[in-house]
Amino acid sequence: MGRYLLRRVLIMVPTLFAISIATFIIIQLPPGDYVTTLIAQYSAQGDQLDGPQIEALKNRYGVGDPMIVQYWKWISAILFHLDFGESFAWQKPVSSLLADRLPLTIALSIITLLFIWAVSFPIGIYSALRQYSAGDYVFTMIGFIGLATPNFLIALVLMYLGMQYFGTGAGGLFSPEWKDASWNIGKVLDLLGHIWVPLVVWGTAGTAGMIRILRANLLDEIRKPYVTAARARGVSETKLTVKYPLRVALNPFFSTIGWVLASLISADAIVSKVLNLPTMGPLLLDALRSQDMYLAGSIVLISATLTVIGTLISDLLLGWLDPRVRLGAR
Amino acid sequence: MTTIAEPHGAGEPDAPPPPDAPTAPEHGHHSDDAVAVASQWQLTWWSFRKHKLAMIGAIVTLGLYLMVIFAGFLAPYAKNFYSPEYTYAPPQQLHVLDDGRFGLYVHPQSAEQDPSTLQLTWTVDESARTDVGLFVKGDEYRMLGFLTLDRHLIGPVDPDGEPVFLLGADKNGHDILSRIIHGSVVSMTIGLVGVAISLVIAIVLGGLSGLLGGLTDTVIQRVIEFLMSLPAIPLWMALAAAVPPTWNPLERYFAIILILSLIGWTGLAREVRGKFMSVREEEYITAATVDGAGRGRLIFRHMLPQFTSHIIAGLSLSIPSMILAETSLSWLGLGLQAPVVSWGVLLQEAQNIRVITTAPWIMIPGLAVVVAVLALNFFGDGLRDAADPYKN
Repeated sequence: MGRYLLRRVLIMVPTLFAISIATFIIIQLPPGDYVTTLIAQYSAQGDQLDGPQIEALKNRYGVGDPMIVQYWKWISAILFHLDFGESFAWQKPVSSLLADRLPLTIALSIITLLFIWAVSFPIGIYSALRQYSAGDYVFTMIGFIGLATPNFLIALVLMYLGMQYFGTGAGGLFSPEWKDASWNIGKVLDLLGHIWVPLVVWGTAGTAGMIRILRANLLDEIRKPYVTAARARGVSETKLTVKYPLRVALNPFFSTIGWVLASLISADAIVSKVLNLPTMGPLLLDALRSQDMYLAGSIVLISATLTVIGTLISDLLLGWLDPRVRLGAR
Repeated sequence: MTTIAEPHGAGEPDAPPPPDAPTAPEHGHHSDDAVAVASQWQLTWWSFRKHKLAMIGAIVTLGLYLMVIFAGFLAPYAKNFYSPEYTYAPPQQLHVLDDGRFGLYVHPQSAEQDPSTLQLTWTVDESARTDVGLFVKGDEYRMLGFLTLDRHLIGPVDPDGEPVFLLGADKNGHDILSRIIHGSVVSMTIGLVGVAISLVIAIVLGGLSGLLGGLTDTVIQRVIEFLMSLPAIPLWMALAAAVPPTWNPLERYFAIILILSLIGWTGLAREVRGKFMSVREEEYITAATVDGAGRGRLIFRHMLPQFTSHIIAGLSLSIPSMILAETSLSWLGLGLQAPVVSWGVLLQEAQNIRVITTAPWIMIPGLAVVVAVLALNFFGDGLRDAADPYKN
């Protein structure tokens, strides 16, 4: 297990390096450099930056230096000082902006992941064991429609239905009266009353995909000769399913943590905008609109890194669960 | 074997069986003889036809692409037609029977504005009627690039009278039905063009990877894994935001397609690679190599035809994800922009819940997206199942 872990962590290094290069390119994409933009913004407000300040900024971001030096200045500040640069739209360090929103984004992603598992697990098993039953068709249909509908549309429709028929408020995680309250039971209950909308919206596509995978895997597995052999020996149907095939079919639950996390973070940008959630997505959108590139780049960098970490976790879980993966010849 | 069914006639359910074929094939069931001589495409078609949902998907997909071609004729109005006094006019019910006889009409509606809240209240005038006709004269449009016509499948009989909004109107008084039909041109083709670009990248890189193996394979596979590990939407957003705002709509259209396909080729490339790797080991390839066939001939004559059907299935499954991606990007305001009309651009109107509660019909373009994506998914799923007719 130790060697497996080491190998997996080592593979991450070139990937993270490539991600940082891609992010750096994205930051550099808009014409003009950061300091010029900042000076223009200051003069638009009637302010002036004096010479030494401009020099310090130019030195900080490596304006005029070769690309490699600029890249190094940028990445070393992140690695050694967690300094992601300044957001000129907010006039705050990027790291402080992210500190507000990152925990909620991660927490919501993990809760959604648990929600996806909790829903797709029973449905996937049911669909496989009762293949082509009415229930299987209904779930398959719902799953397909879930995959075919853009996330924001699901969010809008749910909010519309909520407004029309349940009189719930428009998005957000808290009702206005609880927004600034300190944590207590009432606030938690209020949160629970709101959180199901993002969970459902966020989780739909992932749930649909997961049900399909679990169903297909379980179907493959229960047709294998060892299951027939066990059945011939009189093993009960429940035991027959739960003891072996289900364990093998569970692999995708762990192997897909990586891409489910990626797609959750992806969908965040869109869903949170509709639902008005204080996560990273809307921040990214605003940053891109105003070409606030250090903020946007940092969010892309962090999202990609989280995805890589998710993949690592899923590989480790899979290695722990399934010796074939850990000892596989590679 | 005494008699052999004509491979051609056997495939069509309606064609009379050839006189010398004793085993007239029934729907979905073919005699062993017919199966034995049928071409791969024939087998694929037989297998595909059995898949009900896939057939429905195929028909709907075909219908949507016909809609793209005949958009100008099918839409009641031109895409930039608007009447400002019909802001958020609700959908009008089309009456088909006129005193027991066939006759199309709608009741006209008019708005009243509440002076304090500025909210519009629409009332239907049940006593009056606006006649609606088929093949009526209306705005001029060009079809197939050269035909200039002015007939529309459906629309108000009097083009200068009351406008007709069968699916309602948006903020500017555009007819939503017409805009959905015109929007299909961009939305449905963005998938096709994007997939074509992805296909070229996927075949070249996937092919190299599968054929050469070794270091080339490792490098390409690592690149694919890297691209797959990136969260797609933030990356799309970042790249789309970098498209200069000064570009004209056409340039923007191609830039967005390029961005979508630069990330979308990876899955297809994997499939191509896997196929090349398995076909490479087949005996007939060895035979062809021994026979002195060059590499180009090996690839294009012997290998590619072997899995064309798989590639087509893969393609039809990537079109829907492109359509969804375009819709999301445009909705966010980072994709296509008005005056271009696409389903995503139309959905830009549906930004917040307040607008939707006043005029829920502005979400109808979303229905078009769902139908198109579902149809393409079913079609692609069926194709994928049918692509390997020798499986069973």
